[in-house]
Amino acid sequence: MKLVSACLLFGLSLSVMAAESTIPLLNMTPDLDDKASLQRGAKTYMNYCLGCHSLQYQRYERTANDLGIPHDLILEHLIFDPDTRIGSLIENSLSLSSAKTWFGAAPPDLTLYTSLKGTPDYIYTYLKSFYADPARPFGVNNLLFENVGMPHVLLDLQGLPRKVCKTKLEADGSTQEPCETDVIVDGRYMLEVDGSGSMSPDEYDRVAYDLTNFLYYVAEPTRQERERLGVYVLLFLAFFFVFTYLLGREYTKEFH
Amino acid sequence: MSEDGADKGRRNFLIGANLVVGSVGVVGWAVPFVASFNPSAKALAAGAPIKVDVSKLGPGGILGPIPAWRDKPIFIVKRSDTMLGKLNSQNTRLADPGSEREQQPEYAKNDTRSIRPDILVLVGLCTHLSCSPKFRPALKPETFDPEWLGGFYCPCHGSKFDLAGRVYAGVPAPSNMEVPPHYFESDSVIVIGEDEGTA
Amino acid sequence: MIAAFKNFMDWIDARLPVTETYEKHMSKYYAPKNFNFWYYFGVLGFIVLVNQLMTGIWLTMSYNPTGEGAFASVEYIMRDVEFGWLLRYMHSTGASAFFVVVYLHMFRGLLYGSYQKPRELIWIFGMLIYVALMAEGFFGYLLPWGNMSFWGAQVIVSLAGAIPFVGEDLAVWIRGDFNMSGVTLNRFFALHVVLVPLVLLVLVVLHVLALHEVGSNNPDGVDIKKNVDEDGKPLDAIPFHPYYTIGHDLPAIVVFLFIFCAVMFFYPDGGGYLIEHPNYEPADPLKTPDLIAPVWYYTPFYSMLRAATFPLFGLDAKFWGLVVMAGAIAIPFVLPWLDKSPVRSIRYKGTPSKVFLTLFVISFFILGYLGTVHPTPIKTMIAQICTAIYYAYFLLMPWYTSVEATKPVPERLTMP
Repeated sequence: MKLVSACLLFGLSLSVMAAESTIPLLNMTPDLDDKASLQRGAKTYMNYCLGCHSLQYQRYERTANDLGIPHDLILEHLIFDPDTRIGSLIENSLSLSSAKTWFGAAPPDLTLYTSLKGTPDYIYTYLKSFYADPARPFGVNNLLFENVGMPHVLLDLQGLPRKVCKTKLEADGSTQEPCETDVIVDGRYMLEVDGSGSMSPDEYDRVAYDLTNFLYYVAEPTRQERERLGVYVLLFLAFFFVFTYLLGREYTKEFH
Repeated sequence: MSEDGADKGRRNFLIGANLVVGSVGVVGWAVPFVASFNPSAKALAAGAPIKVDVSKLGPGGILGPIPAWRDKPIFIVKRSDTMLGKLNSQNTRLADPGSEREQQPEYAKNDTRSIRPDILVLVGLCTHLSCSPKFRPALKPETFDPEWLGGFYCPCHGSKFDLAGRVYAGVPAPSNMEVPPHYFESDSVIVIGEDEGTA
Repeated sequence: MIAAFKNFMDWIDARLPVTETYEKHMSKYYAPKNFNFWYYFGVLGFIVLVNQLMTGIWLTMSYNPTGEGAFASVEYIMRDVEFGWLLRYMHSTGASAFFVVVYLHMFRGLLYGSYQKPRELIWIFGMLIYVALMAEGFFGYLLPWGNMSFWGAQVIVSLAGAIPFVGEDLAVWIRGDFNMSGVTLNRFFALHVVLVPLVLLVLVVLHVLALHEVGSNNPDGVDIKKNVDEDGKPLDAIPFHPYYTIGHDLPAIVVFLFIFCAVMFFYPDGGGYLIEHPNYEPADPLKTPDLIAPVWYYTPFYSMLRAATFPLFGLDAKFWGLVVMAGAIAIPFVLPWLDKSPVRSIRYKGTPSKVFLTLFVISFFILGYLGTVHPTPIKTMIAQICTAIYYAYFLLMPWYTSVEATKPVPERLTMP
């Protein structure tokens, strides 16, 4: 009984230590076998995120090898700095002081971000929670991260999401009165894009998913190798146990 | 505590089986410990091929020990016509004039141990105990060799190499200096660290 | 061949007592025949110790103990070093496994009175091992230089500041700086990889030597040396090797490794219990994590620390928190003299002993859980009650063990 309790304590996976957020997180299930998704995520990351958010513990070469991207493709299309080589860490040249002036805080390195939050859901939700807020310097705010200092860099893909308001719904969409009450469903504000983006909502969801999937990979690039090796090790130990058990019984039966 | 023959045989079989399976387990356990001694991705990245511009190198000149490749000094020598003319005149004094031992890529296994006759690329380490030899280019008698035709002299233990990095007989170093994999990206730029077309 | 080996051993034995030592501690060390499940954890502790030493030594080969480089070097190990991720997970999972095994091993001692005369020294060496292990874990937890490493160590070092008069100076002395810094990291590294492991190894040797001097206890708490055959060999005992090493322990070691590997390969961060989430960002002296919780193996004591919420005798609550926590660790040292029972094993002790032990274990688990969550008034109150039970188990022991009715202890071992 006590052993069971000890094991529970040992292996228990409670969310008590997960980051607390103001709104319920949207669920996303990463799929590290979906190389196409990871490749798209990597491409989006290099084009839209890397300018500010480095992945300074991860190397291009490993990323290319793990994701099945040929090295020359990476060198030609995803590396923009001529001094950066395939074996380099994925860093950027953003200087910390100017970043602080622009955004109020230095953009964090994102290599370990999904592990830091304890779940990939956080970034996924974050990417889908920008909304128009003229009071903010970049014109956008984020439901998950109130008064975020970051602009909505995927704006031209998603378009500008706005909070859905009760007044608007009741007024049959005819007037653009300021909202008094936001519509909340399942603990989340309803957001509606204005159609100015180049992508449909489904396509944008795909982008958010791929990007999150990629960051989930980057947080622990050895995850799949670990689990694969784990299966073999456990099978071996189970096999070994049979032999040790039979031999052990040879000895214990002498005095039991 | 009785033990008949069958029991004893069974026990011995099980002991053997446990030893075998257990040994497999120990070897498996040792793998990460042994493998972690290999060069890490960081070391491999630092050891990636380098590019060297040789356009400023004049006849009889040398670039080295910088640039280094994999933290080993690299010597790039541009041999003058005089040097090349005398290069194979003392082959009988060399230990391996035909470069039979594999100290160079296939494309450098020739009279000059180079791709272009004039440009020699070497790893600047003596094949004895890895000191870095001195470049003594002048074709004049030296204290260590009255018939010196230019080359490399190792101050640590007196090994001598000619201007193609070939070792003289009768010195401690056993083999010619190593020619690293390299190729000409253009007339003036050499890539050191990989063969052409492997990238 | 065999004759040559015998000659060789004779030559050695004339110069070094190898065979004699082997016989004394292995093939002629007589252990009671009725060891059960609870007797696995000593040898498992040894297995984990070897694992920690080996992986620890290998980790130092790639780790960089500086404030600037520590965090990045851990990620370097996780990504760039071949199988570095495995070595690191073996070490981080091993740390938790060490405490699991040691707690169960200690519980066995409580259960069967293994600390009673003549095994007081074994128990004291064991307690010293436990304290050294806590120190080892504490120093080691700072080394990844993550934000939880930083703040966890910050909180515990600040605790030294609670000591009246010298506290603040002591905290600065421990840190070697006015706040946690690379200087602190560097000395913790030296303590973690050199000093404390040395102390641990010496203590382990003493623990085993003391045990083999008086012999093992057993689930009945019977003195097996009372019944010996004509050679002076206890009737109820068998040689430790091969009967326990191969017969009893080897299959158990494999089962343990199975569980260990299952956790390590599939839940290496244990849902935030084995590697805490805030540790995935570098130490930041300006940003405290939302919840500072130590790793699970310290949380019972951390709860006790927080349970002290009121000043007493003119000294503030912070000081009493330190006293309560330090006392909780110190009090088990004198356990051999607190237990007045004429019997060793819980099997023959009276109901009060059983009730107290059960409550003690439950309180310990509750305290452990409470240490991982934010305190609330009700939770603090529960922690205070559990702390009281923890202390009562020890402090009331002289009373309840001397007044309770015990069952008669059999002459010989009862076999399962």
